[in-house]
Amino acid sequence: MQKEYKTVQSISGPLLIVGGIEGVKYDELVEVQIPGEKNYRLGKVLDISKDKAVVQMFASTTGAQTAGTKVRFRGETLKLNVSKDMLGRVFSGGGEILDGGPKIIPEKKLDIAGAPINPYCREFPDDFIQTGISSIDVLNTLVRGQKLPIFSGSGLPHSRLAAQIARQAKVTSGEDFAIVFGTMGVTFEEAEYFRKEFEKTGAISRTVMFLNTAADPVVERIATPRLALTVAEHLAFEHDMHVLVILTDITNYAEALREVSSARKEVPGRRGYPGYLYTDFSTLYERAGRVKSKKGTITQIPILTMPDDDKTHPIPDLTGYITEGQFIISRELNTNGVFPPVDVQGSLSRLWSAGVGEGKTREDHASVKDQLFASYARGKEARELAVVLGESSLDDTDRAHLKFADNFEKEFINQGEQTERTIVESLDLGWTLLKTLPQESLKRIKPEMIAKYMQGAEKK
Amino acid sequence: MENATEQEGIVEKENQENMTGKIVRVSGPLVQADGMRNAQMYEMVKVSDKKLLGEIIELNGDIASIQVYEDTTGIGPGEDVYRTKQTMFVMLAPGLLESTYDGIQRPLKLLEEKSGNHFITRGIEVAGVDLEKKWDFQPIVKIGDTVEEGDILGEVQETTLVMHKIMTPQAICGIVKEIKSGKFNVEETIAVIETKDGAKKEIQMLQRWPIRKPRLSKGKIFPDTPMVTGTRSIDSFFPIAKGGAGCIPGPFGAGKTVTQQSIAKYCDAQVIVYVGCGERGNEMTEVLNEFPHLLDPNTGEPLMKRTILIANTSNMPVAAREASVYTGITIAEYYRDMGYSVALMADSTSRWAEAMREISGRMEEMPGEEGYPAYLSSKTAEFYERAGRVNCLGSDRRTGALTVIGAVSPPGGDLSEPVSQATLRVTKCFWGLDGALAYKKHFPSINWLTSYSLYVDNFKIYWKEQIADDFAEIRIEAMTLLQQEAKLTEIVRLVGMEALSNEEKLVLEIAKSIREDFLFQNAFDKEDAYTPLDIQYRILKAIVTVYRESISLMKKEDFDFNTFRKSETIQKLKTLKNLKTQEEFDAFRKKTREDISAFNLETSTN
Repeated sequence: MQKEYKTVQSISGPLLIVGGIEGVKYDELVEVQIPGEKNYRLGKVLDISKDKAVVQMFASTTGAQTAGTKVRFRGETLKLNVSKDMLGRVFSGGGEILDGGPKIIPEKKLDIAGAPINPYCREFPDDFIQTGISSIDVLNTLVRGQKLPIFSGSGLPHSRLAAQIARQAKVTSGEDFAIVFGTMGVTFEEAEYFRKEFEKTGAISRTVMFLNTAADPVVERIATPRLALTVAEHLAFEHDMHVLVILTDITNYAEALREVSSARKEVPGRRGYPGYLYTDFSTLYERAGRVKSKKGTITQIPILTMPDDDKTHPIPDLTGYITEGQFIISRELNTNGVFPPVDVQGSLSRLWSAGVGEGKTREDHASVKDQLFASYARGKEARELAVVLGESSLDDTDRAHLKFADNFEKEFINQGEQTERTIVESLDLGWTLLKTLPQESLKRIKPEMIAKYMQGAEKK
Repeated sequence: MENATEQEGIVEKENQENMTGKIVRVSGPLVQADGMRNAQMYEMVKVSDKKLLGEIIELNGDIASIQVYEDTTGIGPGEDVYRTKQTMFVMLAPGLLESTYDGIQRPLKLLEEKSGNHFITRGIEVAGVDLEKKWDFQPIVKIGDTVEEGDILGEVQETTLVMHKIMTPQAICGIVKEIKSGKFNVEETIAVIETKDGAKKEIQMLQRWPIRKPRLSKGKIFPDTPMVTGTRSIDSFFPIAKGGAGCIPGPFGAGKTVTQQSIAKYCDAQVIVYVGCGERGNEMTEVLNEFPHLLDPNTGEPLMKRTILIANTSNMPVAAREASVYTGITIAEYYRDMGYSVALMADSTSRWAEAMREISGRMEEMPGEEGYPAYLSSKTAEFYERAGRVNCLGSDRRTGALTVIGAVSPPGGDLSEPVSQATLRVTKCFWGLDGALAYKKHFPSINWLTSYSLYVDNFKIYWKEQIADDFAEIRIEAMTLLQQEAKLTEIVRLVGMEALSNEEKLVLEIAKSIREDFLFQNAFDKEDAYTPLDIQYRILKAIVTVYRESISLMKKEDFDFNTFRKSETIQKLKTLKNLKTQEEFDAFRKKTREDISAFNLETSTN
């Protein structure tokens, strides 16, 4: 028989302090029943001393009273019923069924906090994922089991890019593929955009959605990504599926954390975010990966909006320190009508080298990538010079690079939302562009490669 | 009467040490327990029946604050805390090399075997080294020899690369009464030493050492040998000493980890301890996959044979992250004591500092800057001071060196933050990674204008004897050119290239070559990743020679710089990396001289 407490001492923001407790454990799940309501709201224990527990609510505390509110400690942590049947279904950010469908018959009941993967059991991610987007496939290659966030700003088309990746992402072997999608505090329209997008392309049948919109309780957002990742782990490690997890928007998630932290009167770190923001982020992002003896993988694409496009803001900063690179959306390219407006120089995939080369993409991939980067950087420098001094002051080589940079943006980066390019097409396009440069400036490619592939690109 | 028994009871209680306490508070990794009056600071404890490992970090009356190295979910007030009467220690014995540990020296492989799945499960107790394995112990001392602490009793071939020396434990000296030879496990007695007071001490290969206490030595000595890493910008421009301390701060994506790993792979230390402290899981996997296959350029053996990995990734318990750097450095010191040159990489010390901050915050200590505890800088200094070249204990006058290289991850790349500042105060090598260079894909993105090494003067003699008389000179000249380039670039930005004189254009051209053909190094290219120090010198010398030879040419009036720029002399600079032998370099310099004098003639006949 569970004990019921009516000893709520104080309520502050999302926190409840319950006194006179006994036998309560750290992190355990709490049911809070507000007088006059039938359903209970959920929370978890954040701190317990001898007779007092601090409870963090996952729902709002609106209407809660110090007198009359009943609190039950469940003796277990927050768990989620998971099943393969969750594919094609839509849930709230707290795990309630939203689409009016039948109840889920659980295959397993899993702790949403997950457990850290033993680094020794990890398998290094080295399978190329073809996203069909040149600026990603060639320059910032995504591999299965990687966590690669999209750093965006307000008003930039990160959702469209994420949807395009989700639509086009292919693993060459044609194995089972699923998408787990979680939103935290995004607008209804954005959540709806994704839902429609998935429906339109039929991807919905292999998608699990957890939607917490801006109208939903703030603290629920702390649970949403964990629910999504718990399902993802189940699909990947029990059902051998390749799971792509898209989480948007991490900025809202961090803000929810900050709210809880400030309600607890913790010493804040930078910009009022809690000092443990890094550790907290890592418990989400590090749940991506591959493990030995399991076929499935979890690839994560978290999306975050950088406040004022500032990469040094704690949220993108700490994310960048955990994730294996980042895609940065460029406001400049977006204004110029380039889609996807990926800032290729600012973007980075740390695992690219494992996913490219002979047998995976093509032997010239690494050299082409290096050369495109180098030439584009040079072209951009030339562009800056031209702005100051006028184009006439450039020498021939610089002028060739300037032109290259323009074409690179117009033809290579810009490909449109509906165009899908195979990796071979993307590489050949790269060669076609490089051909316009004087050969002696191609320092990063070995002459054998030039001989072999430049010709091939020429024929087309 | 009643009173009397009560009194007796109290006395009895005080005499009998309290071995268990009761939990009164749980807040994340911090647990507070009552009834711990006799406990000592940094004592190891087991928390609850799940036996989670923890360490006492504060004592206040009966209440002990314990940082728990495992997840505390499901732990509550009222549960027991068991004392062990030991401080946090590491096990030191053959079998350390090639291991991968978590932050508290639990082999990750055994954690997997014991838990049966790929997650880190709680409450698993495993020994840091294999206690069963038999090692072939070869004695060095004989019966009747007098030994003092630190003297080598015998040897075990631990891996093909490292001969593990079994040393007389600290605080023991006397006469060898018994010494064995043959196969033993680490807990079996291999020697008996009779100390001065007549006690017979049985010596095993296994030693335990508290992680927070530096291992003893006979004192530090001046480091005068560089640790060669094969990374050109480090060895030639900002070298670090064997026994030195260096730091690599940089924003994310600037290549801290790649640089650290590159040093771990190619540096000429004999033992490497790599601490992945609060970093990515996949990165550790990469090291685990790569090191067994990579061959050490100095010995030709797999790198793993000289490496110990400590992997406490960011999502693993935060308190164990705090301990991981101490675990690492204690193991490193142990190999240093054998007389080896050891290098410890800590990636990243910022995560270690954050772990301290988190625990400190939960203990409700008064915070210093940015919420970090006030003792941040003293702890950082203590850690880096454990680096050094030392006279080892023992009578054979051997020396050992421990080089410590810490990565720092300053938020937003801003070095004014507390961890960077605390680190800069105590390290003598600063390799500042530059986000702007990384953006341009110039790697390693070590900024040549802001980085420094205070060891340069220490190496003057070494360079002269081992490399060349003019190494230091060439180095300074190259760095000066880069300095000049920075100034000239400003001018070019304002008024354009045409405003520069030919001499200035030459500076830009040569500086560009230093950047692109010397400093730029591809850590992923097998041939480019490692350059021996003498070749580094030759490349740099060749570039500087071109500058020296052609400077006179620039003084001529009406000299067309563009022709010169397109000449073979300049174009050939980029091929320098492919040259290997002294002859090839000599030929290159000779050709340069000839070409330039040809130019001279050409312009004078015109």
